[in-house]
Amino acid sequence: MADNKETPLLSVQNLIIEFATENGVVRATDNISFDIFPNETVGIVGESGCGKTVTGLSILGLIPSPPGRIVGGSIKFMGRELVGLAENEMRKIRGCRISMIFQEPMTALNPVFTVGNQMTDVLMRHHGLTRRQARDSAIEMLAKVGIPAPAKRIDEYPHQLSGGMRQRVMIAMALSCDPKLLIADEPTTALDVTTQAQVLEQISKLQAEFHMAVVLITHDLGVVAETCRRAIVMYCGRIVENTSIEHLFTNPRHPYAKGLLDSIPQIRSRRLEELPIIPGRVPDLLHLPPGCRFAARCPRADELCNEQIPTLSPAGTHADRVACHHPYAAEPAGPAS
Amino acid sequence: MSGQDNTALLEVRDLKKFFPVRGGLLQRVVTQVRAVDGVSFKIDKGHTLGLVGESGCGKSTLGRAILRLHEPTSGQILVDGQDIVGLQRSQLGVHRRRMQIIFQDPFASLSPRRTVAQIIREPLDVHGIGTSKERERRVIELLADVGMGAEIRDRYPHEFSGGQRQRIGIARALALDPEFIVADEPVSALDVSVQSQVLNLIAELKKKRGIAFLFISHDLAVIQHVSDEIGVMYLGQIVEHATVGDLYSEPKHPYTQALMSAIPVPDPTAKRARIVLEGDVPSPMNPPDGCLFHTRCPQTQDRCSTTVPAMVNVGSETNPHRVACHLQD
Repeated sequence: MADNKETPLLSVQNLIIEFATENGVVRATDNISFDIFPNETVGIVGESGCGKTVTGLSILGLIPSPPGRIVGGSIKFMGRELVGLAENEMRKIRGCRISMIFQEPMTALNPVFTVGNQMTDVLMRHHGLTRRQARDSAIEMLAKVGIPAPAKRIDEYPHQLSGGMRQRVMIAMALSCDPKLLIADEPTTALDVTTQAQVLEQISKLQAEFHMAVVLITHDLGVVAETCRRAIVMYCGRIVENTSIEHLFTNPRHPYAKGLLDSIPQIRSRRLEELPIIPGRVPDLLHLPPGCRFAARCPRADELCNEQIPTLSPAGTHADRVACHHPYAAEPAGPAS
Repeated sequence: MSGQDNTALLEVRDLKKFFPVRGGLLQRVVTQVRAVDGVSFKIDKGHTLGLVGESGCGKSTLGRAILRLHEPTSGQILVDGQDIVGLQRSQLGVHRRRMQIIFQDPFASLSPRRTVAQIIREPLDVHGIGTSKERERRVIELLADVGMGAEIRDRYPHEFSGGQRQRIGIARALALDPEFIVADEPVSALDVSVQSQVLNLIAELKKKRGIAFLFISHDLAVIQHVSDEIGVMYLGQIVEHATVGDLYSEPKHPYTQALMSAIPVPDPTAKRARIVLEGDVPSPMNPPDGCLFHTRCPQTQDRCSTTVPAMVNVGSETNPHRVACHLQD
């Protein structure tokens, strides 16, 4: 685990991303700041529309523009500013130092090329390998992600593979250039639970083997609990809590984080009369309230919450951070940190 | 499971649904996808059977075949003892009124060109129930039943969030006062915080109106909350069937056990042995011999690859727990 003195691999500061829509400008992320340290696995959690995917895409310079635009803030990767970086420079980083895997492997893979074709392209571009070397290296990668008979599978087309296999191919492609940072956007959401278990296990294994940091973007707190060290909880384009996994699950401080934890369907030894819920619904990004965005659904909200947006505090790097005027108390006794 | 009374509200006997696969120059039927391959169960009045399984196991096809949205290949579907397989469309109408469906995707299942009121009253229009005034009144009642106000009746589906749309879909399903509803993954497209709201609504409807449900889901955690009994499906067949209590406390089939252990637990301190299954689900076009699960089963034995295991009752007469696995012999 990274200690406090270590310099972050990735540092996002006050990032603001806006999208122009027919009905007005929507702020997808509003002043978000976080650091990712080498070799750690961090979950970015939230429900649809909270800005988690946009955050991931922005790190790779993949915000579709127009309609999207980075309005302010900075994204530093290994000390280098990525916001405003020329596309040809960005290309050297994307897919090489920073890789990404997506939710739907069928749409992320090109259906008219074989797995081998797509994999060798990446290797030839970034590593200057010959086609033959690239092919050998691709087969080796496929074996590493647990694809049986990789020498045969490499000549198949994406449609010939199952969903779990496709996601493994995506992972193999993403890792083929030995990235320092892997961004995984809902990598197992389209998969069945038994396949999800296989793929998550594979990602954890490879994370250790490749010494890379992983940012896991997901809506599933169960997945986060099993794979991440730290979690960043987002709501309506803002970070509401950034904390260690232990603290998030035993002592969530933000009422949204607590509500989210309580409402996860889980197998219980005794069935509840009624499942716990978060009342109401997520506000429309076009008509956000002036104060805290969670205020209307929050059991602890008061006047202050309706007027003033809470900021993430404290501003330390590795400490637990929460953006709430009335957070739940932190329990002093915890695992020694 | 079925009580002493022999006529369950719904009884399915050895239901099969195969889809032909055409190929070659002449587009002849070259093989068949055995989507539902010999499924039997009963659902009593006011009871809920949860059907759980992974994608492609045939659970949605089964749900649709019961409503005859897919024509079954063979088998019987008894509604109050009367077989509805083979009934003409005109004769089917009466039964259709009693059986409704809630779909997974609340974005695709509501017409974007119709107002909320038009969507909800459509079943009443189709079946010619009540006068126009009465239908209007009914729409408002139904909206109230699903926790929505009358003021939304002239709005269009795109103005609503996923959870609200799903409520509108439920109101439509309730319009004809059905006795039985097939709920096909009704919450899997919804966000976690909204999912529980809709599950609570379904549980409440079940209690208040005594509606029986076939609740289809891939999620064992979701299905636990609403079901009385659970059937676990794999490759078109039910491999285990028990009451909720028994299934979760003592899963017998290795597939059920693997399915349960694969669910990520939202507790970082939880230590448990996960059964990670090897490989993928075989193709339903070419299912394996013997036990369908033997290719992935961690406890497979010699006979599993040759002999099909029979469904046996390992529970009691009054509280059956049925499982199809050689380990239970």
